[in-house]
Amino acid sequence: MDKTQLGEFVKSLKPDAIVTDGKQYTEVTVADTELHSLAKKLRESEETWFDFLVCLTGVDYGKDFGVIYHLKSTRYEHMIVLKTRTSEREKPVLNSVCDIWKGAEFHEREVYDLLGVKFNHHPDLRRLFLDSSWGFPLRKDYVDDINIVSK
Amino acid sequence: MEEIIKEVVIGEQEEYLINIGPQHPSTHGVLRLVVSLKGEIVKNVQPHIGYIHRGIEKMCESITYPQIIHLTDRMDYLSACINNEAVCLTVEKALEVEIPDRIKIIRTIMAELTRIQSHQLFWASYGMDLGGQTCYFYGLRDREKILDIFEETTGGRMIVSYNCPGGLMYDIHPNFQKRVKEFIKYFRSVLWEYDAILTGNVIFRERTIGIGKLSLVDAISYGITGPSGRASGFSCDIRKQEPYSAYDRVKFNEVMFKEGDTYHRYLARIEEMRESMNIIDQLIDNIPEGQYFVKMKPVIRLPEGEYFQRVETARGELDVFIISDGNKNPYRLKFRSPNFVNLGVLNHITKDFKIADLIAIAGSLDFVIPDIDR
Amino acid sequence: MLLSKISNALGIVSEPWWKVFYDFSSLTKGIDEGLRSSMSTFWAVTVEMVMIGVLFLLFYAAIGLFLVYAERKVCAFIQNRLGPNRIGPYGIFQTVADLIKLLFKELIPIKNADSFLFNLAPYIVIIVNFMVLAAIPFAKGLHAIDFNIGIFYVIAVSSMSVIGVLLAGWSSNSKYSLIGAMRSGAQIVSYELSIGLAIITVVILAGSMQLSEIVEAQRTGWFIFKGHVPVFIAFVIYIISGTAETNRGPFDMAEAESELTAGYHTEYSGIKFAFFYLAEYINMFIIASVASTLFLGGWMPFHVGNWEGFNRIMDFIPPFFWFIGKTFFVIYLIMLFKWTFPRLRIDQLLTLEWKYLLPINLVNVLIMAFLVLMGWHF
Repeated sequence: MDKTQLGEFVKSLKPDAIVTDGKQYTEVTVADTELHSLAKKLRESEETWFDFLVCLTGVDYGKDFGVIYHLKSTRYEHMIVLKTRTSEREKPVLNSVCDIWKGAEFHEREVYDLLGVKFNHHPDLRRLFLDSSWGFPLRKDYVDDINIVSK
Repeated sequence: MEEIIKEVVIGEQEEYLINIGPQHPSTHGVLRLVVSLKGEIVKNVQPHIGYIHRGIEKMCESITYPQIIHLTDRMDYLSACINNEAVCLTVEKALEVEIPDRIKIIRTIMAELTRIQSHQLFWASYGMDLGGQTCYFYGLRDREKILDIFEETTGGRMIVSYNCPGGLMYDIHPNFQKRVKEFIKYFRSVLWEYDAILTGNVIFRERTIGIGKLSLVDAISYGITGPSGRASGFSCDIRKQEPYSAYDRVKFNEVMFKEGDTYHRYLARIEEMRESMNIIDQLIDNIPEGQYFVKMKPVIRLPEGEYFQRVETARGELDVFIISDGNKNPYRLKFRSPNFVNLGVLNHITKDFKIADLIAIAGSLDFVIPDIDR
Repeated sequence: MLLSKISNALGIVSEPWWKVFYDFSSLTKGIDEGLRSSMSTFWAVTVEMVMIGVLFLLFYAAIGLFLVYAERKVCAFIQNRLGPNRIGPYGIFQTVADLIKLLFKELIPIKNADSFLFNLAPYIVIIVNFMVLAAIPFAKGLHAIDFNIGIFYVIAVSSMSVIGVLLAGWSSNSKYSLIGAMRSGAQIVSYELSIGLAIITVVILAGSMQLSEIVEAQRTGWFIFKGHVPVFIAFVIYIISGTAETNRGPFDMAEAESELTAGYHTEYSGIKFAFFYLAEYINMFIIASVASTLFLGGWMPFHVGNWEGFNRIMDFIPPFFWFIGKTFFVIYLIMLFKWTFPRLRIDQLLTLEWKYLLPINLVNVLIMAFLVLMGWHF
């Protein structure tokens, strides 16, 4: 499927998703409650078959947190980008996709460790690189006393 | 949204917990594995990482794009040249810069040499892990020849920092072509020793055939790329699927097996060494003349947007994802490193094997720990 | 000269002094008579035992020093490098330097370990080695204990070393040591069987368990040539089981450095670790010397049939050097195995013994008995 067909397919699954045509791939933005069902349908439907989670990135947009999923299909060799955001700064929570792609387990632990975003129904949500007394370094409002980041 | 997260309990009362690492001769770096055993059978393996976490992604948000190159060397230090290439390709793709052929071909040759020396070190340390300590010396003896070639051209043996946005740091040394051709001839005549010592050895085969099977469905679901994934039948070679640099003009085979056990992960790397030598053979004689550097602005600013580039390192797929807001520093830079993802599968494939098999499996997945921790 | 004066003073039959190298029994008988004539029997025997003990201690130390150095040189030779070459010419004093370093190290007492057993374990291993060394015929007349169940005594005593290993692992109070000791104990006890059966094969051919008689029976030809096929199979099985007995070579899972640090002797430091380390090399020496005694003719020179001239040249070399040469050849073989092959896993080790070596051994014993019955040997 090429970029426009993918966009139409996603629109047919979730009419209120925002589909944009990025320079490289189709980008789909959905609300955080809708993401899990959309991802599951993209994984399981025969026309798209997105079975390979290439990359899971956590982003701090300043006011909200977002997670970007790059998905690829081994059968049809097409890629799509799923994006979602949550606007809670204090306790950001999203739904985990570990039951769809098992590789998401480590990725989501990393996002929790560095940004503080928790994932519901994750089998093993512990901090990964840092210990429990550190803050969340990748946040834009993280105060770093050692001056690793020089402005 | 509300939180639905359960408490995690690792290890039960009657299990026997053993700690392997972080300082251990055979975990290839600072990796701590907490293994729960029942007799000699492994029930659960929990990796504890972060001993060499340097915050590379956070650091990259405050340095310029040419400065990021020097940090990427130190991630997976055995594929240093390829890591540099990944960031350069992303920046060049974003700025839509045309790279001349000479640069592309040299980048490909250096990438393949890097791949060969990484697999040589894998062979050397894998033999040593399993007890045949002579393999270490034979593998490193041959790897020294590649490191000498690197040193002559780039100034560094392992940390090369050779690619930069817009081309290469230095032109290749006049001796480069001659030495690479000599090395290929020498290594082809010596590669039979590798097979004679390990691949055909009955003790080695007993210890690796049938151990740690990874099925194709699991490989795709966990996202295992590189030789480990290709040994399970997952066709994930980015050099074939989305060719970059000069890979679209060379012919080579993608090394794939179906069984997915430790032996075939090992064999995939040995065969990849041969394929890399074929690629170099096709390119080394016709390096076109030209510039080694395309003039870029003194301060590189990427236009606003998101840029994604995938390359094939010696261990799997490295993705560089840059979100830029128009400044000279990236807003968010993410490295999807292959070792980080490969570590996630260790617990799954080691279930119900013995401790000695854990060492064999962890060695065959070929981790480089700084790449996991970044 | 000086030696002939001494031998005349002690009342030994006067003959050229260098003949003693070919037949030490004249020297030993002379010393024996000299002592008995000058003091009572009890004191004479005691002085003799002290002399033999001191000689063995010196021999033990010398062989240990040499073997450690030899292992490092052989290992380097296989791995395409030089090995120790700084301390002394060609590095021959390397082991002395290592020994001095180990002597200076702190003996770390383990808090919750059973200190009596912890300290006892290295001594058990060393004492067992001494007891076995005493029974080996080094040359004609240089044989400390020579009684009619010689080889049986050797096997029985050498299996006591497993006690030292198990004690070391248990009393260290550490998970790693315990796992290593259990593995090692299982391995040693299993391979005892194979060694015993391989030796029985040779005993059937020789007709006696007394070591000096076994060597005498090889005067007309070494057993490996006399009892062709079954003795050769027994030799191969003996070498394999011998390396497994000493936890060496491809069978060193119990002390696999890359997995469990150092197995049963993880918690030992300083001179006690040096004891275990030395004991491993002397064990290897014992296995090799028993192999050369039983299979390769002990101190008998290499004779070929009726070639008189060749045989006289072979006789010229003293028997002691024949023995040492054969033993070092077998040691070299064992060292080659260690540095070439990867390790076997513990269950593969035990499968090898119980499912492959044991049936082959039993059948081999049968074949040997049949051969001796029919007289189909040289």
